[in-house]
Amino acid sequence: MRSLLYILAALAVMALGFWSYQENYKTRDVISEVRGLHMQIGRAHERLGMLRAEWAYLNRPDRLSDLAELNFDRLGLLPLMPDAFGRVDQIIYPLPEILPITVPIEVYSAPINIDEEAL
Amino acid sequence: MIRTPLRPLARILKARDKGEDPAAIEAENLRLRHEETRDHDRNRAEGRLLVMGAMFALAFGTIGVRMGALAGTVAEEPRATTVGNPIIGQRSDIVDRNGRILATNLETHSLYAHPRDMVDPAYAARELAKIFPEQKEEDLLADFTGKRKFVWIRKQLSPEQMQSVHDIGSPGLLFGPREMRLYPNGPIAAHVLGGASYGREGVANAEVIGVAGVEREFDAFLRDPANEGEPLQLSIDLTVQAAAEEVLAGGMSIMNAKGATSVLMDVKTGEVISIVSLPDFDPNNRPRVLTTGDQSDSPLFNRAVQGVYELGSTFKIFAVAQALELGLVNPATMIETKGPLRWGKFKIRDFHDYGPELTSTDVIVKSSNIGTARIAMDIGAERQKLFLEKLGFTKPTEIELSEAPSGKPLLPRKWSELSTMTISYGHGLSSSPLHLAAGYASLLNGGTLVQPTLLRQHNPQRGARVVSEETSANARNMLRQVVVRGTASFGEVAGYRVGGKTGTADKPKENGGGYYDDKVIATFASVFPADDPQYVLVVTLDEPSENSGDEPRRTAGWTAVPIAAEMIRRTAPLLGLRPQVDSLEPIGVTLTSN
Repeated sequence: MRSLLYILAALAVMALGFWSYQENYKTRDVISEVRGLHMQIGRAHERLGMLRAEWAYLNRPDRLSDLAELNFDRLGLLPLMPDAFGRVDQIIYPLPEILPITVPIEVYSAPINIDEEAL
Repeated sequence: MIRTPLRPLARILKARDKGEDPAAIEAENLRLRHEETRDHDRNRAEGRLLVMGAMFALAFGTIGVRMGALAGTVAEEPRATTVGNPIIGQRSDIVDRNGRILATNLETHSLYAHPRDMVDPAYAARELAKIFPEQKEEDLLADFTGKRKFVWIRKQLSPEQMQSVHDIGSPGLLFGPREMRLYPNGPIAAHVLGGASYGREGVANAEVIGVAGVEREFDAFLRDPANEGEPLQLSIDLTVQAAAEEVLAGGMSIMNAKGATSVLMDVKTGEVISIVSLPDFDPNNRPRVLTTGDQSDSPLFNRAVQGVYELGSTFKIFAVAQALELGLVNPATMIETKGPLRWGKFKIRDFHDYGPELTSTDVIVKSSNIGTARIAMDIGAERQKLFLEKLGFTKPTEIELSEAPSGKPLLPRKWSELSTMTISYGHGLSSSPLHLAAGYASLLNGGTLVQPTLLRQHNPQRGARVVSEETSANARNMLRQVVVRGTASFGEVAGYRVGGKTGTADKPKENGGGYYDDKVIATFASVFPADDPQYVLVVTLDEPSENSGDEPRRTAGWTAVPIAAEMIRRTAPLLGLRPQVDSLEPIGVTLTSN
């Protein structure tokens, strides 16, 4: 009976040793993975900071107003003025949709002879 | 175990035969047995002691070796514990009230040299001088061929420059990472941001420190890694600030002024939405501090906070509001305005003669110095001083800028009766435009004190009461009348019901001895909308002169007011204020039923 206990205890010690060995290496793997991720996040942050700075630089008010001026023909952008505020009653109701044309329509294209005397 | 009998029969019988005492045998055997047990016990105890000793030696040995190892090796951070984020160690960004970036960091590189590792110093020096025109080839060559082991060449490099240096291919030229502070909007809000520079510098990194403005005021916060990159949010609105700077710069050149400043402030929260001081500078490339001459001529000088000026008639509303609050006058009380008002050998005059008397409202509307001085005489020096102290005109503003303490108002040495009279119309007390904006905000927001702040607020300030709601409303009404039918008629902006007070003060001569005739400080302090106050705007021009007419016009009504009106026209829509135009017909849907 006693020797059985001894054997079981020895087996348990061996099993635990095996388990802790594995855990140890798993932890090391995870630590190195975390370190890699931190490096990746750090690089991503750096890139993000750079992109944010670039975005802010490209959207600086001086440049935007210059661009609005350059492209005035196409966009017609003006500084926001008080008259930009509209009223509810200035908005038109949605126009009814035009029904598809199903019947042929005769288009009269001959010159119209205006009777000059009649005028 | 075989036990030896104490009385072995063979020996006993033999002893009996020989006539010996058998008891001796027994005693002998007993002795032997005792000795044997004793030896055994001693051995066992010795063995146990040995094991114990070995155990102790092992334990102490382990501890000793471990301690020795810890003491003898370089400290290492525990890697498995991840408390906080080890990545974000950069200086925090500064953003505006809507989260747009005002200041951020950029990774760049610094360039240094190890001359001993150089193969061809002459070639390296020649090529470097080509890349950096400000470096002289001879100086570089002298550095590279001298005794020095280490030479700094540049603190910051652009990527193109770095590539060019790589192309030189010298093993003695090395790069170090370097964090650079970037202000992407250039000179916009330059005085608020201030600027940054390098503190302690090493090859691997350099410390970025704030040198002025909020960068310096919040240096500890911006550097604190515990923030984990959380930005510093200011109350400034980038778009409004840009529009205000554009309008003010245009106005300054039209009015031929040498400097200009504007402060736009929320009357309830005390947030400074825009604060401009011109001329300004680019914080990315901060100019040097002037070593000679007047500091106020430097673009670094923040006129809105550091510049203390006699702000002229804009102060009149404080005297009249206090008289209203004390019950000395009501808006319709007649005040004697027959001039000139003599006090000793000192005479107080008005710009025009306004007749024998005016109502107290018209004293403000027509800006009568005599009328205001008479009201101030009724109030008295003591009460006036207390009132202005309550509004913050006796000490520097508490705005979060490192320059704020230097904007200390200039008070009369002795607050005499004559000082009381001159201060009532804005002479004899110098304060900054920000003081004036804060004073107007406190007086007109319903009468509770607000402190100007540059940090984003989410709730209105609950300051001490300065004047009653009624006095505040009366003061607003008077200021509205100034714009409708008084000196600030150019200040009308359709739909925004601007109220305000002009002030034109002659500039005192620098070395004492009176005032200049042709140099003024023109100020317009306004509130809009006057019936539901939201914002206070103060525009101040330094030495303006509007030359379109026959003779130069310098009064604020001709110079500061049109600029302020244009600024309101541009910024109010950006602030989301909708103009209220009185329409003849009611707007919207009429509900009917039958």
